[in-house]
Amino acid sequence: MNRRAQLSALLALPMLWLIGIYIFSLIMLLVTAFWVTDPFTSKVKPGFTLRNFEQIIANPAYASTSIRTLGIALAVTVLSILISVPLGIFMAKVASPKLRAILAVAITLPLWAGYLVKILAMRITFTEDGFFNSMLGPLGISGPGFSIVTVVLTLTYLWLPYMAVPVYTAIRQLPPNLFDASADLGAGAGFTIRTVVLPLIKPAIIAGSIFTFSLSLGDYIAAKFVGGSTQMIGSIIASNINLNPPIAAAFSLVPIAFVVVYLVVVQRTGALERM
Amino acid sequence: MHASAQPASSESDTKTAPGAVTLTGVTKQFGDFTAVEALDLEVKPGEFLSMLGPSGSGKTTVLRMIAGFENVTSGSIRLSGLDVTEVPPHARQVNTVFQDYALFPHLTIAENVGYGLRVAGVPRAERAAQVGVALEQVRLSAVSNRLPHQLSGGQRQRIALARALILRPQVLLLDEPLGALDKQLREEMQIELKQIQREVGITFIFVTHDQEEALTLSDRVAVFNNGRIEQVGTAREVYEFPATEFVAKFLGQSNLVPASLSSDGMQSSVRPERVRLLRATDPASAGSISMLGTISETVYSGPTTRFIVATEAGVSIIAERPNDHHPSAESAFSRGDRVRVEWTKDHASRIA
Repeated sequence: MNRRAQLSALLALPMLWLIGIYIFSLIMLLVTAFWVTDPFTSKVKPGFTLRNFEQIIANPAYASTSIRTLGIALAVTVLSILISVPLGIFMAKVASPKLRAILAVAITLPLWAGYLVKILAMRITFTEDGFFNSMLGPLGISGPGFSIVTVVLTLTYLWLPYMAVPVYTAIRQLPPNLFDASADLGAGAGFTIRTVVLPLIKPAIIAGSIFTFSLSLGDYIAAKFVGGSTQMIGSIIASNINLNPPIAAAFSLVPIAFVVVYLVVVQRTGALERM
Repeated sequence: MHASAQPASSESDTKTAPGAVTLTGVTKQFGDFTAVEALDLEVKPGEFLSMLGPSGSGKTTVLRMIAGFENVTSGSIRLSGLDVTEVPPHARQVNTVFQDYALFPHLTIAENVGYGLRVAGVPRAERAAQVGVALEQVRLSAVSNRLPHQLSGGQRQRIALARALILRPQVLLLDEPLGALDKQLREEMQIELKQIQREVGITFIFVTHDQEEALTLSDRVAVFNNGRIEQVGTAREVYEFPATEFVAKFLGQSNLVPASLSSDGMQSSVRPERVRLLRATDPASAGSISMLGTISETVYSGPTTRFIVATEAGVSIIAERPNDHHPSAESAFSRGDRVRVEWTKDHASRIA
């Protein structure tokens, strides 16, 4: 076999996948967003119209859903960071090797269970007479029920490993003598975390946030099962997917735009180069 | 404790003056492994003390316990007269120069040097002024805006020193700070370290496994082995009068003369440069230990040549002679020559 043939053999399947399935379907999505639906037959006809986008902009429900979804995704990301950083510091710097192993399993455990299983678990936890209310009810605390708060909690539960694992790994990889040096120069734990740990694990936090942010933006099952009346972008896309594919396609460009903007902002910080 | 009449004040002064470090019965265990065992050590204020020993001898662990990075298993540590055994590192009046410098990779050189002042809440302008002075002291003002990875090893070393000294500690701890540098740079830095120590006048505790470095730099050397101190003394004391076989062997080369061959029935150590090499036909000198033998090997090493002599007494003796004859001439002795080796009795050190 000559070199050229070898190279083709090597790349055939990945290129077929990448171009044939991945890129092609995204382009089709983009194209479909400009197509029209026949109002009488509900058939999608190729064409070019900006009506789908006009509709999305004109209807305040689309705008408010977009903003709500963005807010949920940001809240999930922030909550994941707030949990992962102290947890990572504890695991890497305080915990005994045995406890560290137990926690590592505990963090990744949610990845082993099916997606719907986990949502069902959260549903059982937060339902009217569920675990949360029955435990904390006697203290006068009532749970969030099925609401936007529960959606944020559920999505955080789903995506936390994607933040916690890179953050923990990054903290473990920090040279231990940086902690010694900081203490040696008089810094307490809080000062060291703020001025040494956080700046150095920023790339890991950003890597994790790309997952928590984009996975949350695209989700709608959580909203459907634990969100009560909470609608996310995905909920609207899902309900239009059969009735009005061009609208669904047009609206699905919104989360893609959010992620692109996010990546551009992140890229400006230079964090992607070190991923 | 001291019942006898003595000038007690001077004794307690050296233990409580700023910069004094006293270790009493310090033991450190990692699980079943005893890294440091019942160690006593007194470092005088303003002294340059080296802790010398092979890796795993406990010297770095002792340094880390003085800094506060490791807890002591038992025993106590006093700094300037105060018991700091339970004091966390950030509250101790000591600063450390780390083996691989431990500069903060995301901070500029100026920010690294100013870190301790920032922790202490020194205002920005005051901080900048002090950082400027500190960088000047190590002649690196030009790199203040660079990041650590943009500096050479020797430059990083000096920045680590400036960062530790800017807080004006009473004691500076140095953990093999020159270990990563090449030989020439290391020798330059040794001179620089010695100068800086003289300028600032504070206590330096210096960990090294390089015996030459320890002898060159230190007022006193503590020789470590297996978690214990074998001997403490001036460079001359530990080199010329090693107390144990380990010290004799670790600090340069040594001829160990078994008890059966010495006049006083004790094992002794003789440095090769103290051994006189004579023709076998020369008479033995009075007051000397003298042996006949054959040169089994000669080793030329620039300034000196070493002759390994197989003696009739059964021990092998190394004699070292300066190469002070004409540069192009061969040495007066060569392999296979019948020779006499001898040394004056008090040039040998009795060892335990």
